[in-house]
Amino acid sequence: MCGIVGLFAKSTEVEGRLGEHLSAMLAQMSDRGPDSAGVAVYREPAPSGACKLTLFSDDPLQDWDALAADLRNAFGGAPEPGVRASHAVFVVDAEAFDAEAWIRSAYPELRVMSAGQTIEIYKETGRPEEFIRQFSLGDFHGTHALGHTRMATESRVTTAGSHPFSTGLDVCLVHNGSLSNHNRLREELRREGIEFQTENDTEVAAGYLAWRLREGASLEQALDGCLDDLDGFYTFLVGTADGFAVLRDPIACKPAVLAETDEWVAMASEWRAIAVLPGAADATAWEPAPGVVYAWERQKV
Amino acid sequence: MRAEVTEAAETTAVEVVDLASTPLRELNQRLHDLAGGADGPRRWRILNPNGAHAVACGIDAEIEIEIQGHVGYYCAGMNKLATVRVHGNAGPGLAENITSGTVMVDGNASQSAGATGRGGLLVVHGDAAARCGISMKGVDIVVRGSVGHLSGFIAQTGRLVVCGDAGEALGDSIYEARIYVRGAVSELGADCVEKELRDEHRAELADLLLQAGIDDLDPSDFRRYGSARRLYNFHVDNAY
Repeated sequence: MCGIVGLFAKSTEVEGRLGEHLSAMLAQMSDRGPDSAGVAVYREPAPSGACKLTLFSDDPLQDWDALAADLRNAFGGAPEPGVRASHAVFVVDAEAFDAEAWIRSAYPELRVMSAGQTIEIYKETGRPEEFIRQFSLGDFHGTHALGHTRMATESRVTTAGSHPFSTGLDVCLVHNGSLSNHNRLREELRREGIEFQTENDTEVAAGYLAWRLREGASLEQALDGCLDDLDGFYTFLVGTADGFAVLRDPIACKPAVLAETDEWVAMASEWRAIAVLPGAADATAWEPAPGVVYAWERQKV
Repeated sequence: MRAEVTEAAETTAVEVVDLASTPLRELNQRLHDLAGGADGPRRWRILNPNGAHAVACGIDAEIEIEIQGHVGYYCAGMNKLATVRVHGNAGPGLAENITSGTVMVDGNASQSAGATGRGGLLVVHGDAAARCGISMKGVDIVVRGSVGHLSGFIAQTGRLVVCGDAGEALGDSIYEARIYVRGAVSELGADCVEKELRDEHRAELADLLLQAGIDDLDPSDFRRYGSARRLYNFHVDNAY
């Protein structure tokens, strides 16, 4: 089943309460995905020349301060760990590619959940309500965010198998549905140099988007490619540094609702996740058509 | 009996239930308790549905229900005798397996509206999404806007009236249901063909539009679609 939510702020008021709104939306989708939950929040961009990493450790005693000291020795600056439950965010004075490579060699037991300028990804197994509490989700402010509640069908219930899946710098994907050609496509993408960490079908879709974007496709072109190259059921919500995009497969078994006011744009699997937003009763609401890419982007200054 | 009910409806105040404070199960139980002509309110107004599932589902009583807001999955499912009006949009499976009565939605309906319906009337004043009237078995459906792909799939009996356009694979594998479309049809499904619109069809359409409260459309502007009856019996060329 699974539940998807997305919120894009069009006012500073909504930006300031992004986490509070996201938590309310995610809690509504708990019934659709009671086994894991996750969010991607776009907030507080790292300065130019620096990057932001979200790291996950399955060791509850992980010494994040020691890692911060090691990062300082390797790259300079004064990285402070932003710790939330099993995750920590670091702003590192380096290109994302170099920082990520360093983490993988110096701390192979850690998992890089996201890398980029603005993205932070948090995800964990368990009830969404518990996830919201553990990660103090209500505190977040930011420009836009995606969330997912999972009911696993294609692979195990693990933190790594939870959504969102990062698909490259500042890009991530959440998915409601199941893909049937993911095994073969994973092998093809591996030959193209795309790395996979799980047996999960959504990670393959994320890898596919990363590959297309790497080869020069726009986000819209990469999503259009999904219609030809992915076999299965899906409603996708893709986050980028500037906004998010929605795509449903042409058969469109999986639900999706979009709504917009002067204050926000919201996407969810069901209306009840949008009904909790201020002004929802007067929002323009519609069901996205199958096989059509819908995208919102912040105006670049 | 009918006269008594009408009189009761006129003299009884509207029962207002706010789903922001009343559990949905309590509301549905109260509605179910009216089955078989039991005493109770005949007119209801439901506030703050906020996308809840199965609102006013499984009613078997001649009552009127107004729902103020958007509803989730399966609103007015299995409806019998009741008149249910949604002042908002409806999620998937609206009026699924409706037996009799009337279900009306002011806004849009998501996929599978009126699926497997056996009787009664479903009116959607906005658009209906994919699979509208899938496997319908006697229900009449009138959509003021357009319908999505695979509408009227394996439709057996009943009438599906679309005042706007129809998506791909309209009426795929249709049996004896009749489909009327005023706008463009993207593509007809297997074994669905256009048929002549005769006077009896215009009369039938005029009656359905009247029941739906639509008085500004001319039945002559519609086209009729139905089964070519080529899939009724096994034919080796149809097998994979």
